[in-house]
Order: sequence, then C-alpha cells, then structure tokens
Amino acid sequence: MDALKILKAAAADPYEYGATIKAKTGKKVVGNFCTYTPEELIYAAGAVSFRLFGTKEDISLADKHLQSYCCSLVRGGLEDALRGNLSFLAGTVFPHTCDSIQRLSDIWRLNAGFPFHIDIVLPVKLDTLSARTYMVDVLAGCKTDLETALGVQITPERLQHAISIYNDIRRTLGDIYRMRSADPSVISAGDLYHVIKASMIMDRDELLPLLNALYAELKAGAKAVSLNASPRVLLSGGVCNHPDIYDALESSGAQVVWDDLCTGTRYFEGQIEENIDPVEAIADRYISRMVCPAKHLNVTARGEHLVHLAKVQNAAGVIFLFLKFCDPHSFDYPYLKKFLDEAGIPNILLEVEAQLPADAQLRTRFDTFVDMLN
Amino acid sequence: MADQAIAKDPEKERRKIKSVSKMKEIMTTYYIEAKTARENGKKVAWITSGGPVEFLIAMDVIPVYPENHGAMIGASKMGVDLCEKAEEMGYSRDLCSYARTDIACSITNGGPIGGLPAPDFLVCCNNICGTVLKWYEVAARFYNVPLFILDTPFIHSTFSEASRKYVVQQTYEYIAFLEKQCGKKMDFERMTEVSRLAVQGLRLWQEVLDTAAHKPAPMTAFDAFFHLALIVTLRGTQTVVDYYSQLLAEMRQRIADGIAMVPNEKYRLLWDNLPVWYRTKWLSDKFSSHNACLVGDTYTSAWSGVMDLIDENNFIETGAVAYSSVYINVSLDIMFETLKKLIKKYDVDGLVMHSNRSCKPYSLGQYDLQQMVMRELKIPTLIIEADMVDERSFSESQIETRIDAFMETLKK
Ligand code: SF4
Ligand code: SF4
Repeated sequence: MDALKILKAAAADPYEYGATIKAKTGKKVVGNFCTYTPEELIYAAGAVSFRLFGTKEDISLADKHLQSYCCSLVRGGLEDALRGNLSFLAGTVFPHTCDSIQRLSDIWRLNAGFPFHIDIVLPVKLDTLSARTYMVDVLAGCKTDLETALGVQITPERLQHAISIYNDIRRTLGDIYRMRSADPSVISAGDLYHVIKASMIMDRDELLPLLNALYAELKAGAKAVSLNASPRVLLSGGVCNHPDIYDALESSGAQVVWDDLCTGTRYFEGQIEENIDPVEAIADRYISRMVCPAKHLNVTARGEHLVHLAKVQNAAGVIFLFLKFCDPHSFDYPYLKKFLDEAGIPNILLEVEAQLPADAQLRTRFDTFVDMLN
Repeated sequence: MADQAIAKDPEKERRKIKSVSKMKEIMTTYYIEAKTARENGKKVAWITSGGPVEFLIAMDVIPVYPENHGAMIGASKMGVDLCEKAEEMGYSRDLCSYARTDIACSITNGGPIGGLPAPDFLVCCNNICGTVLKWYEVAARFYNVPLFILDTPFIHSTFSEASRKYVVQQTYEYIAFLEKQCGKKMDFERMTEVSRLAVQGLRLWQEVLDTAAHKPAPMTAFDAFFHLALIVTLRGTQTVVDYYSQLLAEMRQRIADGIAMVPNEKYRLLWDNLPVWYRTKWLSDKFSSHNACLVGDTYTSAWSGVMDLIDENNFIETGAVAYSSVYINVSLDIMFETLKKLIKKYDVDGLVMHSNRSCKPYSLGQYDLQQMVMRELKIPTLIIEADMVDERSFSESQIETRIDAFMETLKK
C-alpha cells in the first residue's frame, strides 16, 4: 500500500516532511495549534497549514518561559520553536481557544522570531447571531492579515477552490473512518491515526490523491460488517500525540472505532457550503460542528453528543484522553462522565503528559477496562 | 483574665485602619441580604468579578460573586478541604481553586458562610479567563438556570472595530436577557445613575490605592486586597461611594499624621497576581520584618485601571469596551506597560510575583514579564510559586528562604 506508506512516513517525522515542502513545492508553511484554524484561507493564500503537536523530548528552553503547570502541548510547542525545530515555518496563526494557548501566543510572538504572527480572536460562544457576525468579521480580518503576511491576494476563485479541496479531504477522511467503524480490520487504528496526522501537515494537493487512493484500496478489501468481536471503544478528549495508545488498546483486546478528538473527528467533521459567501461559509462550519470544550454552544451539548456518538458507533466504552493541566477538558470531565454513566456506558480517564505512563501500567489499566466491557 | 486586661500595643493600635469595622459591617449586611433575597422577593444573579454588575444593580437584582466566595474560603483556610471534595467529584487538582472550592460548596453548603445563595440566573464575562466560562457552565447545569455569556475578545495588540461592535451588541443582548429574567423593563434613567455611581466608586477606589504612593505608605497591598471586595461586589451603589470616601479621608489623615502601615518602611515593593489568601498575614509580617512594604499591586487596580475608557453618560456603548480592556484580558506587552506605570507611580524597589497555579491567564507569561522588568527597569524581582486558595501548593520554608534571599539582594 504505497499511499499509506507515504502518509505514515510524513506523520512519523512531521518536521522532516515540513522542511521539504518549501523546496519541493515552493509553498510557504504556516504553523498552528488548533482545529479552529481557518486552513482554507491559508491554502487559498498558496501556503500549507501545518499542525504543531509539540516535542516529546525534554523541556529545557521552554522552562524559562512557562511554569510547570502548563500542558505538554504548549510547553512542547514552545520548546520546538525555541530549539529551531520549526525553522521551516514562515509564520504561525493562533486561534483563540484556552487560556494557555492565549498566553503561549504572546510568548511565541515575543520570543520565537518567525516572520509573521497572526492572532485570530474567535468568539468563545457560538450560539448567537452576533457571535456569528463577529466570527465572520474575524475571519475576514484573518484573510487580510494572511494576504499581507504572505504577499498574495486571496481571490474568490482561489478561496472557492480551497474550500472544495478541503471538503474533499474532510469527506474522504470521514468515509475512511466510517468504513473502518463498520469493519475495523480494514486498517489498524494506529495507522488511521497516522493518516489523520498526515492530513494535518501535508501539502493538501499531495494529500488528497493519496487519501483517495487509500480509500479505494481499503474499500476493495472491506467487508460490509465486522467479523471482529473485540469490544468497540471510543476516544474522547483533546489532542492525541500517542499512536502507541491505539496499539496498547488493541493488544488489550479492544478496538478504537471512533473518536471525539482534535486529532480525529473534530478535524474533519462538517462540510463547507460551496455556493454562498466563502468566509461566511467557513464560519458556518465552525458553528454547526461540535464545539471543543473551550467554546460554548450550550451547557449540555457535548454530553449529549458523546452519548449519541457512543450509541451510533455501537461503542461499548469510552476512554477519556486528556493532557494534564488542560483546563477546558478537565472542567467538562465530571459532567461528560455523568452523562455516560447515566447511559450505562463504561468509561475511564487517562491523563497524559508528553510521555505515556509506563507500558505495564497502561496495559494493566486497559486490560482491566476491557475485561469490564467483555 | 478579662480582655481589657491585656495591654494593647498602642503603636500597633495607631496603625490599624479604623474603617475596617465599617467595611466588615457592610459585607455582612450584604451577605445577609443576598442569603435572604428570596424571602424578600428579590432575584439573585451570580456574576464574575470582571462582569458588568451595573446592569444588575439597576434592575434591582442582588449580585453574588463566586470569586469573592473563593477568596473568603481561602482567607478562612477552608480551601484544602473543599478542594479535596471537588477532586472527589472528578474535578482535577490542576483547575482554578476558586472554581473548585465554590463548586464543592454548591454541593455541600460548606465554607465560611454555608454556601452561596442559589442563583436565579448567571452572568459570565470572560474578560478575566476561560475558566469562568467552564465554571459557570457547571453552575448552570447544577442549578438548572439560564446563563448569559458576555464574550469580551482578548486584546493581543489593539481592540478591533469588530470586537467593539460585538461587545456593544452583546450589551444590548444582556439588557434584553435581564428584562426577560426580571419580567420588567430596564429603567435607563436608573442605569445612568448607577453608571455615575460606578465611575465615582472606581475613581475613589483608585484614589485610595494612590495614597500608597506616599512615603511612607499609609496602607499596603494587603489592605487593598481586603478592601477590594466592595468595588467588585457593590460597584454602582451609594454605599461604595460613601465607604471609599470615608476610607480615603482616613488615608489622607494618616498621611497628615505620618502614620505608616509598615513601621520602618525602607523598601517598597509591588505585588503581582492574586493574593495568597490563607497567608496574607504571614507574608505581610515576613516583609515587614525586613522593613519592606508592599505598596501596590496589579490585581486591585484591575477594575479602576480602565475607568478612563468609560463615558458615564454613555455607559452602554463605552462600558463594554472598558470591560474588555482590563489587565488580564490583554497581551504581555500591554501588561508590561501597566506594570511600568505602577512601578514608577509607587516608586518601588522590587517586584514580587505570585506564580499562581490556579490562574493560568494571570501567571503564564510572568517569566517573560519578569525579564522585561529586569531588563528595562533594572529592579530586582522575586517569583513565589504558590496558589491563592489551595494551601497544599504553599511551601513555607522554601518561600521564606526565597524572600530572605531576595531581601538580601535588595539591601545591597
Ligand atoms: S490541551 Fe488543553 S490546555 Fe493544552 S492547549 Fe489544548 S485546550 Fe489548551
Ligand atoms: S482562573 Fe484566574 S481569573 Fe479565572 S476565576 Fe480562577 S483565579 Fe479568577
């Protein structure tokens, strides 16, 4: 499977890949930390949107700027920037999400030294008309900022084209997810994770044909219904930068069949309408997509959504996967847990930092959980 | 032995702020009113400390501040127990300790005042942090009451026209929300009166804080922490105006009489971040023992720092902009500008930063601010790692050693 091989190679060493984009395609690379990044605008400006995950190596330089009580994504991201690991970036965009990212943006702007820095101060609530109007204004401002920073004009045609490419990418990712949910044997969860990760960093013009090829290959081998009897589980949380989790779960006898993660469905859920004002259409996708916990829709939306997902995906259990020190996710945890408990869906919480807990420890936790599901 | 028999140190008595008892009385009356609101047919709203309370006052709603509640819990040293309760409920120890303790109180009716009165509705303004949004969502689920969110976009460089439009529009939505909750129309004349009182209160509060610029300072940041509750809680009322007028007069008299809060004030320091509520006395004594006085802070002036942006005759359109511009809703470089002004105004010799585990938007970035201060202003700085309410994050011996070492460099 050539497509999968290429995707996995990019995901396995993102910085290596990132560093070659410019030389291979002449495109500039724009870093970001969040699924609320209007990637379509970046694409339309002729650049590549590149998701940052933060180094898992020891933190030394970032310690001079960030206290220990800050999540490993923020610390690892800054460490990467300060070490020069991201020197291939032309600049970064910072959509407003949590308090930690908000401060990281300042620290980054003052210390990382990239040619440009754009803050996208999105609304925090997405349930009112005035918030939508504001979001459209902010996205339009971001478009202008990108034009200035990258020295290009984002024409309506280019933006329409970007939207259609992204729609294709997101649809295909969704198709692959659904196919795998029906028959988990088509591709391992760990491999699928790499596909998603690659989708967040690769030149999208190179990516889309690869995804299409992968989909076709998988489809040829897929069965309509799974013969696999292992319990189906769902992951819920923020970013996952730990492919090993998928393997560990699999060896404990469970199948990750779906997720509610930034590095998962939250990345590709929702299509952008193609025949209306493009900036408004981009805003509308964010408004109709399920929110991340740093944004407000209503006070029970995420709980209902999670239970719904678990039911639709026929999941026997849910594994919460949070980064330690992550406020938005930690605040939602007790209530999401309650919703699941009330629906009779077993769940556990795994709080991780840059490094996963020791192998044996992780295995024991997963084994116990999977036993409970059986 | 009868109380009177204990000889009081006359020097100490002279230095005590006399208005304090009045302040305690006002706060007690306020909490009694809040707790009996329902019997008196009044509505209660929970509101964040940075939220526009003026509208509630104008609508005759009793505002209640969970953050002030958190501070009281901290000051009465009940934090650890309640934090642990919240942790048992599944709230991570890494979350804001105001939020944790307050959430625990909702369930247990614990804490110094047996829990806050249940809200009829909630008003959350996120100009201080993203935490309040999550915390108020928790409260909205628990009490099953409506939640209004006033979303004040963070200011990284300038406040955009789009942001201004957004917050002004939300102010109108806020009024409509209140009218619906209260079943009556907003009285705009009353609102103008409340705005006038709010601005007057803010001015007086700022003047009170400014008296500490005098050498020696008649009050310290610790006194400011204590007196802050009124400007947060009852802003927009005559009570605040009267009380701060009295307090201001007392401070001026102290200056005239040469009364200093720290007996031999020799070193003047600025405090950054929220107080360490359960250790204010210890810290105050500790610094005093070095003849050091914390004359100012970044926290208590957060409310008055933006008052110049308010046009009291057009509060609706200008207030929201002011609210969006408060100290922790702005970038580190803008914070530094404020820090610089405070350092100059109070003519301080050093900066003490409380790196507060609970409050990420206030604390992350402090290391950078520290560097800027040392580079540009060339004054020594000290960082204390602690937490405002959760005593488990306070290591006395370590902090003592650091303060002593810091004071040694200052004395050189
Ligand atoms: S993991 Fe949580 S704290 Fe860290 S950047 Fe994401 S939302 Fe913020
Ligand atoms: S996080 Fe900070 S600003 Fe927010 S409520 Fe807690 S202490 Fe206050």
